[in-house]
Amino acid sequence: MPLVHAVNVHKSFHHNEVLKGIDLDVESGEVVCLLGPSGSGKTTFLRCINQLETIDGGRIWVDGDLAGFVERGDRLHRLPDKAISTQRREIGMVFQRFNLFPHMTALENVMEAPVRVRGRGKREARHRGLQLLERVGLGDHCDHYPAHLSGGQQQRVAIARALAMDPKLMLFDEPTSALDPELVGEVLTVMRELAEQGMTMIVVTHEMGFARGVADRVVFMDGGVVVEQGEPKHVIDNPQHERTRSFLSRIKAEHDEHARAIQEGLQVERG
Amino acid sequence: MTAGAVTGSGLEPTGERPGRIDAVPVRHPGRWVAVAVVAVIAALIINLLVTNAAFNWSFVFQAMVQSPVLHGLIWGTILGTVFSMVFGVVLGVVLAVMRLSENPVLRAAAFVYTWFFRAVPRLVLLSIMGTLGILWQHGLGFGVPETFARWFGSSNAALSFATINANDVFVGLIGGVVGLGLTEAAYMAEIARAGILSVDAGQTEAASALGMSRGKTMRRIVLPQAMRVIVPPTGNETIAMVKDTSLMLAVPVSAEMFFQLQAIGSRTFQTFPAEIAAVVWYLVIGTVLMIVQAQLERRFGKGFGAMTGTQQGTIARLLSFRGGMS
Ligand SMILES: Nc1ncnc2c1ncn2[C@@H]1O[C@H](COP(=O)(O)OP(=O)(O)O)[C@@H](O)[C@H]1O
Ligand SMILES: [Mg+2]
Repeated sequence: MPLVHAVNVHKSFHHNEVLKGIDLDVESGEVVCLLGPSGSGKTTFLRCINQLETIDGGRIWVDGDLAGFVERGDRLHRLPDKAISTQRREIGMVFQRFNLFPHMTALENVMEAPVRVRGRGKREARHRGLQLLERVGLGDHCDHYPAHLSGGQQQRVAIARALAMDPKLMLFDEPTSALDPELVGEVLTVMRELAEQGMTMIVVTHEMGFARGVADRVVFMDGGVVVEQGEPKHVIDNPQHERTRSFLSRIKAEHDEHARAIQEGLQVERG
Repeated sequence: MTAGAVTGSGLEPTGERPGRIDAVPVRHPGRWVAVAVVAVIAALIINLLVTNAAFNWSFVFQAMVQSPVLHGLIWGTILGTVFSMVFGVVLGVVLAVMRLSENPVLRAAAFVYTWFFRAVPRLVLLSIMGTLGILWQHGLGFGVPETFARWFGSSNAALSFATINANDVFVGLIGGVVGLGLTEAAYMAEIARAGILSVDAGQTEAASALGMSRGKTMRRIVLPQAMRVIVPPTGNETIAMVKDTSLMLAVPVSAEMFFQLQAIGSRTFQTFPAEIAAVVWYLVIGTVLMIVQAQLERRFGKGFGAMTGTQQGTIARLLSFRGGMS
């Protein structure tokens, strides 16, 4: 069985059906990029995988365990909070807005869950935390509070914090969307290295360069369904569906617009 | 970006670049009028304090350090405040968590509690604490219930090892502390709730995503951040509580500073200076607490960067008095 095996996942908020039967398999070690217009349900789907939302229909298995339920006899029984917390430990999540704990230093952020959740010793957790901060290029920032770090640095600490739990799967929800353009690269570099080291990753992103260069597969979602998926170069350069084509051309236009604005900005500064 | 650029702009074609500024300041005549008015009022007050014999300062300072007064200061006023606030804060946080719980029964219970204790005046509640003994005229038994004891064939007196005379419990400091603490919890619940709600929902989500339980998330992540919002009004609550310990005379509690000073005042027919002695003690305690509050706010502001903002806020709050509650 693949590491993530999602079958016919449905999710509604009140009467608004946001996920309308998502099927998705992610193999161990695979990097999957989720693309799609705003409001298509990408965030909701990631949140369903680590149970920040409870699904209304379908099933999600992560590493062979049915998420959120246990099957006894011919009925599903909801798992208690404690068991759900245990399942979540195996999944790291990186948020668009970082969500670092502002009252803790970078190192304390990274040590918190291993110590309080896994019950590791402080010295061991500190050692590991320093290693991880080193790995994301922030070894000399471990005593900084998040308020004193740039957005890119905060997001790298957030990645280190998730890795400290030794997750089997990492979920990224638009990890670079809240960043100033010049800070996007440092975060993508860390993610690329993580992918090369064999981490299983599901990444929601609008960074086509990253999707093309790093993803094993891209999945295009729209209106709560998977419209098409496949190898990055096939889907991005030769989309089969009209909705994919119009989304990609819009993204490209935005990207070009952005590049032009930067170019003009530079010219104004020079002149 | 050097001389060339400036010259090129045509703003300063020749000669020296502008040097040090030595300008005439703006005059504030209104400010001087205000200074004069305040100075006159201050002079009048100082004159009154120093020359009016009714103040009888030597009596004031003597009264302040009488041993029943000091005893009352430590027990009723200071420890009374400490215990009432501890009671109020702990119960208040519990009530706040109940108010925010998903369980509708807990939510409703917390709501009814807050509703009741916000509506009943403190002075009335404290008087009631003094007469509450009437509900348990036969003593408050913490031992084995009577019928239960009879089944085992032993006499009630032998097994009910902790029967306390209810009047002894409620008349006195414990009654005062419980009365003040119960109302305080209702106010603290609102403060703690506002504090908890001020913490971004993303914090709870990040903690959940790391596999933290709800309780741990509350203790380790949410409450420490909520403190930043909870501490300043709690400081104000504490200062208000110091003042409200004087209401304990309704219970009545005799081990309390204002009660003792009033007693001295009526015994010696020096009511006014005895009351001034109480005012001086309240000023001393209030000053100390305001300093402590400023320190605490600095500590819980850690990691939020806006130090100067917090300090400005503290000063603003210290300057804005909070009226009595009850
Ligand atoms: N907690 C929620 N309550 C109600 N509606 C929600 C909630 N979360 C998301 N939605 C709705 O679900 C839809 C999909 O949102 P989302 O998953 O965030 O899309 P995406 O991440 O692709 O932009 C949106 O219309 C949004 O308004
Ligand atoms: Mg989203």
